Order: sequence, then structure tokens, then C-alpha cells
Amino acid sequence: MHPAFSVIFLTTLIGAGQGLFLALYTSELYAALGLLPAQDDPVYFGIGALLALVLLAGGLLASFFHLGHPERAWRSAARWRTSWLSREVIALPAFMGAVTVYGALHFFGWNPVIAVLGGGTAFHLTAAVGAVGVVLCLTLFLCTGMIYACLRFLQEWASPLTVINFLLLGTASGFTLATAFAAWTGRGLTRFFGGWALILLALAFLARVSSLIRNARLRHKSTLQSAIGVRHSRIRQISQGAMGGSFNTREFFHGRPARLVTTAQWVFLLLVFAVPAALLGVGLTRGGAGWLAAAFLVQYAGLVVERWVFFAQAQHPQNLYYQAA
Amino acid sequence: MTQLALIIDLNVCVGCSACVTSCKEWNTSGSAGPLVDLNPYGADPSGTFFNRVQTFEIGSYPNTQTVHFPKSCLHCEEPPCVPVCPTGASYKRPEDGIVLVDYDKCIGCKYCSWACPYGVRELDEDRRVMTKCTLCVDRIYDETLPAAERKPACVLACPTNARLFGDVHDPESEVSHLIREQGGYTLMPEWGTRPANHYLPPRRTTHRIQPDQLVRADNPLKKERQLPMPALDEPALDDVTSW
Repeated sequence: MHPAFSVIFLTTLIGAGQGLFLALYTSELYAALGLLPAQDDPVYFGIGALLALVLLAGGLLASFFHLGHPERAWRSAARWRTSWLSREVIALPAFMGAVTVYGALHFFGWNPVIAVLGGGTAFHLTAAVGAVGVVLCLTLFLCTGMIYACLRFLQEWASPLTVINFLLLGTASGFTLATAFAAWTGRGLTRFFGGWALILLALAFLARVSSLIRNARLRHKSTLQSAIGVRHSRIRQISQGAMGGSFNTREFFHGRPARLVTTAQWVFLLLVFAVPAALLGVGLTRGGAGWLAAAFLVQYAGLVVERWVFFAQAQHPQNLYYQAA
Repeated sequence: MTQLALIIDLNVCVGCSACVTSCKEWNTSGSAGPLVDLNPYGADPSGTFFNRVQTFEIGSYPNTQTVHFPKSCLHCEEPPCVPVCPTGASYKRPEDGIVLVDYDKCIGCKYCSWACPYGVRELDEDRRVMTKCTLCVDRIYDETLPAAERKPACVLACPTNARLFGDVHDPESEVSHLIREQGGYTLMPEWGTRPANHYLPPRRTTHRIQPDQLVRADNPLKKERQLPMPALDEPALDDVTSW
């Protein structure tokens, strides 16, 4: 497939924004359960939610560049019964709304206790709003992943690993950002977020490498024989019906040498997993928001490469019809 | 239930691309607006076509066979492009099974083209909406045309009658007979899309001759062998030779 930068930025930016929100909410929940010191700084949650919102809005903005008619984008919420894309179009603004309410409640201090459990554990209004946000966040991860995983003949994508990777990579990058954010605001949550970031990074590594191995061993169901319905072991295309390329040759090919895809694969393994893990390790042991911010920036650049490879590696069966001019 | 479709006889198609040009001519003149031509006279021409003829060489020289392969929307009975459309711009008409795009609703997200394994949808670079074969829906129901011309433009243009148009759900239609009797098949059956368009396979023309067809084994006059029997490549003449 042709990797479109609009979609690459959409999926990576909203992934990081979703992960950051999950990190914020995790810290609130841990604090409510008494596992962390009380988190009652309205600015910390307010700015954190704003940062998540900026990432989500950036992703949403990037997605408009993918459309031929952005002014008609509102129509795309219509077919949520059948289309995962339509579901994502609904889930993203809904989640952004939840993050806005969550951040505003914290920032302006409209946060009454709504329930007290036995043992004196108090739950604030934001815990309930945040829980709605978590459900919407996971729904959004599911929708984003299923947009790709539901195309059954794009066999590189048609796997639960696609959804798992979107979830884990997004969450890992969000927690890395939360680590840097916590170090910058000096809330004493750096090690908490850093630890989770490393755990999520390890899980994401396992899942992404599994999908790379799966794709390398994949046998495609469609062949040139089934594509044109001629049973012969030697078929050669001599004309594709267009001399100078067409939508079919532009949209479904990455147009780069195969070696670049292999190289990019190693580059993203380094930039998404190895380098940020090392930077997180250094930042957590020696302190310093600079290392942690660098970890997030390197990881984000790596995720852009990762998403590029995700598209470039997918072999669309229509390419069988476009092998030679 | 009606399911209109094209039947393409690969045994007859000569690859002249008359269907391609006539399709473009009809559809670029329609009310939906022209199909773009980018750089038409330059070195790298590109544009929107609903139908293209591809060519494949089967086998290796000298035992080769050239197959010309016209490719357009197959109007699948389970179209994977329709449910993925977020706006409902892509739809399959229940009354005749034609898969269409509402150009006024299409947002140009290209997701339907990703969801089509056959690569028959093309984004028009100028109108920035997804376009595809309409089975000449603005022509086949046009009662101002003579009945014989109420067919897709490609079908009318084909000089060898390689393209046929009809209802594949009607078991007695001409196209259904052809599919049944001449081994009509669908493309990429492995994905369960159930294309409505069928292809008739390219066939080798053979004529088997048995030895007794060369020798008159049942000569009623019993003249065999009584007169000189010339070699096979020499002329034979009644009452002079004994064949």
C-alpha cells in the first residue's frame, strides 16, 4: 500500500494522546486507591489533558488531508452500523469531549466526591468521567485497528495483532510522554509512569515482532492464476491497460525499493523500542526531564517509520493485476 | 431478484480496447461530470477509466497464448467495498444489483478502493471522488433510446461480441446459458465476494482426426486397393486411384 502521511500522523498522534490520557487516569486511580500519594494538583491534570487534547486534535487535523472532500467529512458518521471508519469518526470526537470534560473538571476544581467505598476510599467525579473516557479510548483503539484488520484480503493487516499493536504502541508512547511530563512538572510520578512505559514497551515489542514474523511467513491466498482465472504456472503480464500509471499503480504501491522497507523495519525497531528504552533507563536513574523528553521524541519519530512500514508491507491483491506496464 | 452483469468471453476478445474508449466517451459525457485526463498528450498520461484491457502471456515461448483481459467493476453480490463506506455513498441497488457511488456524498477517503480486491475503483483526481463502472445505468433504462441500444456502451462497441450483458439471476437468460454451458467463472473466488460479472475461458481450437477418417473403410463399391493408391500428399481422383 502507499503510505499516506495523513493517516500515519493521524494514527500515531491519536495513539500518543490516548496513551497520555490513560496514564493520567491511571495515576488518579492509583492515588484514589491509596497506592500513590494523593494527586490533587489541578494544573497537572489540566495541562496533561490539554496536551492529550492537542495530540488528538493534531491527529484529527491530519486526517482531513486524507480526504478528497474534507468539507463533507461530517457525512462520515452515517454508516456506523457497518463501517469501522465511521465508528472511528464517532469515537474520536466523543473521546476528545471526554478528555476535555475530564481536564476542565480537574482544572477548575469542580470535583466533588461522588462515592465513598468501605475503607474510606473516596471516588471523585473525575474518576467517573475518566472511566467513561477510558471506555471511549479503548473503543477508539479498537476502531482504528479494525479499519485495517477488517480488510480480510489484505492479509498482512487481517489479524488481531493489528489491533493489539495499535493499542500497545499508542499506550507505550503515551506513557513515555507522561513520564517526561511528570518529570517536567515535578509531580514525583516519573518512576511510576516510567516503569509502566517500560512494561508497555516490552509488550508492544513482543506484539510488533510477532506481527513482523507473521507477515514474513505469510502465504497469499490470491495468485495471478486466481486473479485472471487461467490455470497455468507461467503467466506474464505484458500490458496493464495504461501507459503512464493509474490510480491503481499510485495508491497500492509504496514505490520504493524493497530494500528500503527492510531497512526501515530495522530503523523503527531501533527508534521505537531500543533507543527510547535506553533513554528512559538513563532518565529514570539519573533524573532529568531532557532524557525523558528525548525518549518520547525519538519514539514518536520511530512510530512514524513504524506506520510507514505497516503500510508499505501490506500487499494488496489488486497488485496482481499491475505487475508490468 | 435481478442481478445485471457483464459476461466477457476471453476466447473472443482481441484486445482492441474499443470497449475502453467507448466507455470513456459515454461516461465522460454524462451528467456526473467528465472523467479526468491528466497530461493526455504528454509522456506520462494518466486518467480515470472505468474499464481497462490488460494483456497476459500464458506459457513460455514458443508455446504461448495471449489472453486479453478486460477488467471493470464486477458488481459483486457480496461487495466488500459497500459496507466499509463511512458515508453510505457506495451502495448496491437492490432492484438490479448494480454497485454505484453517489458522487455527492463521497468524501474521497479511498477506503472502498482499499476494500476492493480487484482494484476496479479509481479516484478521480479532478473531482476528488471515487468513480467506478456504473454498468451505464444512465443508458440501460433510457426509454428514448431504441431497445437494442439500451445496453452498456462497452457491450455495444465490442466488434467481436466478446462482451454480453444480461441478468445472471434469470436462469433462462442468454448470459446464464453461456455461464452454464461454456464454463463461466468468477475472479478470485477465494474471497467470497461472489462477483456478478463472469468470464468465459479462453479455449484452444482443436479438431481431432481419427485414422479411419482418412481412409475410406466402408467403400460400398469395394474398389479399395484395386487401382493404384497414391501417397497421401499426391492428388487422388475417382475411378483412377483407389482411395
